[in-house]
Order: sequence, then structure tokens, then C-alpha cells
Amino acid sequence: MSIGHTFLGLLESGPRHGYDLKRTFDERFGHDRPLAYGQVYSTLARLLKNGLVEVDGIEPGGGPERKRYAITDAGITDVERWLSQPEKPEPYLQSTLYTKVVLALLTNRGAAELLDTQRSEHLRLMRELTRRKTGGDLADQLVCDHALFHLEADLRWLELTAARLDQLAKEVRK
Amino acid sequence: MTELLLVATGLRKSYGQTAALDNADFSIRPGEVVAVMGPSGSGKSTLLHCLAGIVRPDGGQVRYRHRELSEMSDAERSALRRDEFGFVFQFGQLVPELTCVENVALPLRLNGVKRKEAERRATEWLDRLEVTEVSAKRPGEVSGGQGQRVAVARALVTGPRVVFADEPTGALDSLNGERVMELLTAAARDTRAAVVLVTHEARVAAYSDREVVVRDGRARDLEHAA
Ligand SMILES: Nc1ncnc2c1ncn2[C@@H]1O[C@H](COP(=O)(O)OP(=O)(O)O)[C@@H](O)[C@H]1O
Ligand SMILES: [Mg+2]
Repeated sequence: MSIGHTFLGLLESGPRHGYDLKRTFDERFGHDRPLAYGQVYSTLARLLKNGLVEVDGIEPGGGPERKRYAITDAGITDVERWLSQPEKPEPYLQSTLYTKVVLALLTNRGAAELLDTQRSEHLRLMRELTRRKTGGDLADQLVCDHALFHLEADLRWLELTAARLDQLAKEVRK
Repeated sequence: MTELLLVATGLRKSYGQTAALDNADFSIRPGEVVAVMGPSGSGKSTLLHCLAGIVRPDGGQVRYRHRELSEMSDAERSALRRDEFGFVFQFGQLVPELTCVENVALPLRLNGVKRKEAERRATEWLDRLEVTEVSAKRPGEVSGGQGQRVAVARALVTGPRVVFADEPTGALDSLNGERVMELLTAAARDTRAAVVLVTHEARVAAYSDREVVVRDGRARDLEHAA
């Protein structure tokens, strides 16, 4: 999952300090794997270097934890692009997709559209596998079926999430 | 691109307070397989029924090859369903008193084809769907998968231009369901029939050329919108 894009999404609602970003990230997305501080500051340094965030203010004292970061226009464009592009379908996408849905809701972008775009991407791959399976031998069929069942599981999760978007929107915005 | 065969725009249909369809669009080209997807109760079957002229929408248009369905008489719509359309449902569509070959021959008989010729063509379709052995049995004596293949044979025997399939694999296990989908789509491609495939299952929808998603009675036909 892209920590940089997630930070940008979180920064869209207003400037934050690194520790604040880490705390929010851990609460919302890091359930079993909290971020290390090193990861937080190396990510912020990269975003800064690429012009996607800027330093918005520095409190007295020293060290990276004193800086407050704000998203730039280039950063907004970047997170926008990330959210509107479907992920390449592959197993265990859920955490990335979940993050995208929550960020889309937080930033008032179309979460339903994001899920629709992802569904067509999944179906595109499922069609390809189905064609390969129909023309193939038993080994092809079994290999393709394995992938198809995984993709189907993703899609069922997508459907369930789409059906609960209103509920999720209320929770993430409170 | 080939011309559209069946086009619906702005379909609306309510049952009492329930808006089953609320501004639904749909289009399909000759020989195309389009999956209609969406959660249960979203309006998929209602959309299919409106497209096939079984249910009259409260608003919007359905056009089949230059003809507006709402402008046809009931007799013309029945003739259209009999001559140009084929139907496969989830279950319960075969006549229990008839044998399987008689069931498949039935649409031909209704079109005035002589019994012997009708049963010959029905037998060909049963062979093609790999259920030759159930020919003389009644629907109550065959398995679910065999019954659905007989139903597919019956839908295709008249050479329809559009096959309407509503959850055709809904009552089958995955292996039987997949085989029915393979046979249905292969037969449709060979005969250049278009298929409107209603399903909530992604693996079934993967046999289509593209999908239309229905949500709360709204169908977004991305191709149509473009
Ligand atoms: N004949 C009917 N009478 C009353 N309500 C109906 C009828 N047909 C469908 N509905 C209602 O319209 C909505 C859409 O139904 P349907 O088209 O069958 O959905 P789907 O096929 O996607 O499950 C549902 O709320 C359903 O209860
Ligand atoms: Mg239905």
C-alpha cells in the first residue's frame, strides 16, 4: 500500500505534523502494523523533495518532529490520480482498496465510482482468465480457476463495501 | 461498429411505493453477451422483463431494431418474443408433463413446425448441449444441471436474435454452472445471438463481453453513455 498517497489524502483536510499523520494512519489503516517513525519521516522527506507537500510551519526547537506539513497543488493532483486509477487486480488487495475508499469518503470524492472502476478492472482480468480457461487443458483450467476464485472474493468484498458506503461515510467523517 | 440491436433509455418502473427501475439505460449489439450485474433487489429482473416486452415500463423507451416496443400491439409483442427472443430462467421453466425433447421442440411446434421435424431439430440441440441421454425423460427425472441445459436448448432452438437469461446458473453448483455458461455462450456466438445475462456472480459475468451494473434501479450503461 502507498503510504505517501495515504499521507497526501490525510493532508488534504489540513496541515498536520508528522506524529499526527502517524497516529491517524495507525488508527485508521495500520490495525496490525503501526508505522515506524523512520518510515513516517522518510516518506515525508520524499514527498517534500517531489514538491507534493511543503513545510507549513516550524515550532521552536529542533528536529523533524517540529515541522508541520501542508499538501501542494501537485500533491492534490497526485492523490486524485491515485484514487481514480484502479489497482492491478491481485490477491490481498483489500488493505489498499480499503484505504482508497476511506480517503475518497474523507475527501468527498466519488467512492462509489472508485469501486465501479475497480470492479470493471477485476472483471476485465476475469474475462481474460475465463477465455484462457475455456480454450485450455485441465492444468490451465485449474490454475485459472484458482485466480478466478480469489478475484471473485475481492469483488464480493467490493460489493459489500459499496452496499455499506453510506454507513462507512458516517463513521469516517465523525 | 455494428448497429445496436436493442436499446433502452430512461426506463422507470414502480411497484406501489417501490421504484424497481429508476432511469435505467441499456444497449446491446448483435452477437454481444452483456452481463447485467447488481445486488439482489436492485432491479435486474425488472430490467430484463422490460427489455423483453414482458413488463411494460412506466416511462422510458425500449427500441428493438427500429421498432418501439410500446408502440406494438400485444399480439405483435408476443410474436416478437416467440420469433426473435429466447428465454432461460433460474428454474421452473420446463413443462413437467412433456419429455425433454418435447420441451425443446415446443417453441418450434408453436411456430407451426411439424412434429417430426421439430423433434429432429430439438434432438440436435440436446446433443449439442451434451444431454442426449435425457431426451425421453421428464424434467422431474433429470438433475438440475441437465434441466438447465435442456432449458438452454429450448431457448436456442428457434434461432433467436436475443437470448434473455435470468440467473441461469443460480441453482447450480460451480462446475455445472460453468459448463452451462460455456455451452450457452458458445452456442450464442455460433448463431450470432445476443445474450442479456442477468447474474450477481462475477464468475458467471466473466463469460460476457462487458457488464452493465444496476444499483437501486439505476443502470449505468457505460458504452451507451459514451
Ligand atoms: N411483481 C412485483 N411486484 C411487486 N414488487 C416487485 C415485483 N417485481 C419486483 N418487485 C420489487 O422491485 C425491486 C426490484 O426487483 P427485481 O427486479 O426482481 O430485482 P433483482 O432481479 O435485481 O433481484 C425489488 O424491491 C422487488 O421487491
Ligand atoms: Mg432477479
